[in-house]
Amino acid sequence: MSSTVASLDMPSGEEYLLPSRQHITGFGFYLYLLSDGILFASLFAVFAVLRTATDGGPDGHMLFSAHNAFVETACLLTSSFTCGMAMLACDRRNKFVALVAFLVTAVLGIVFLTLEVHEFADLISRGDGPDRSAFLSSFFTLVSTHGLHVTCGLLWLGVLLVQFLGRGFTPAMLRRFLCFSLFWHVLDVVWIGVFTFVYLIGGYL
Amino acid sequence: MTTHQRHDPPRRGDSRTPGLESPEAHGSLRGYIIGYLAAIALTIAAFAAAPSTSMAPFSIKAALAVLAIAQMLVHLIFFLHINTAPAQKTNIMAFAATMLIIAIVVIGSMWIMGHLNHNMVPMNRLMQMQR
Repeated sequence: MSSTVASLDMPSGEEYLLPSRQHITGFGFYLYLLSDGILFASLFAVFAVLRTATDGGPDGHMLFSAHNAFVETACLLTSSFTCGMAMLACDRRNKFVALVAFLVTAVLGIVFLTLEVHEFADLISRGDGPDRSAFLSSFFTLVSTHGLHVTCGLLWLGVLLVQFLGRGFTPAMLRRFLCFSLFWHVLDVVWIGVFTFVYLIGGYL
Repeated sequence: MTTHQRHDPPRRGDSRTPGLESPEAHGSLRGYIIGYLAAIALTIAAFAAAPSTSMAPFSIKAALAVLAIAQMLVHLIFFLHINTAPAQKTNIMAFAATMLIIAIVVIGSMWIMGHLNHNMVPMNRLMQMQR
């Protein structure tokens, strides 16, 4: 166990009066995530407004595969669950389980991203890229903003795991893992909106 | 100059931090499993309801929206551990303010743009008028 606690926490005499550093970081990150939710909400609003602006091109019924979206949903949901398992392992200071659970999270995230990039490449190769219509512009903006978040999350997780191998359960690592897990769960919440409003309502109705 | 060296294991924050709580409250394996199973059930229900032809399109849309909101709540409660405990008051207030902004942005955009679309001269007539 590391002994560098004092430098990272509040002075020990005041720790019951002041919130802990982990609390402050967690709350700040939570506020960032809420603002990210507003970003996604405005992209959802754009998609809802431009849903019928297909300029004579293909609409959601012709383009979207619910099967693909279902596999993507399963990957992201399970990765959110394994991320939670990793956080529980962090609580118990179980390094091996935490590492394995985070690695599963990362692999599922990579599978999700691969499926999404494959879908985008398929659409663009058929001439239905973001330049085809306002509807497709809004679709690519919304879904790829989510995909970009997932990409950043994977890079972040990779860096965290390298640090974790060297440092173990320091307070700083636990704080970073906490922020990462909040970020990852919120991405899954956003994805619920994507598969419902883009792939199901846009693809079937 | 005394250095505050502590050797007790670091705490994972306190009960007011999102995603953090005392071990006896939430964040248990059981909570994650319940959340995961509920999310799977709601996802499958949504994917099963969408291609249905026996319901009117409007009722399918309404059902999908309800399922999505329910699943988001499941995630918030079981994965993000946001609850109505008094210690989480600040979190809930920030969350409620964000929901208000999101509602204004989404509902307001759809409302205004729907009316604009409705009131606009159709494009083919507009082009005739310009001749």
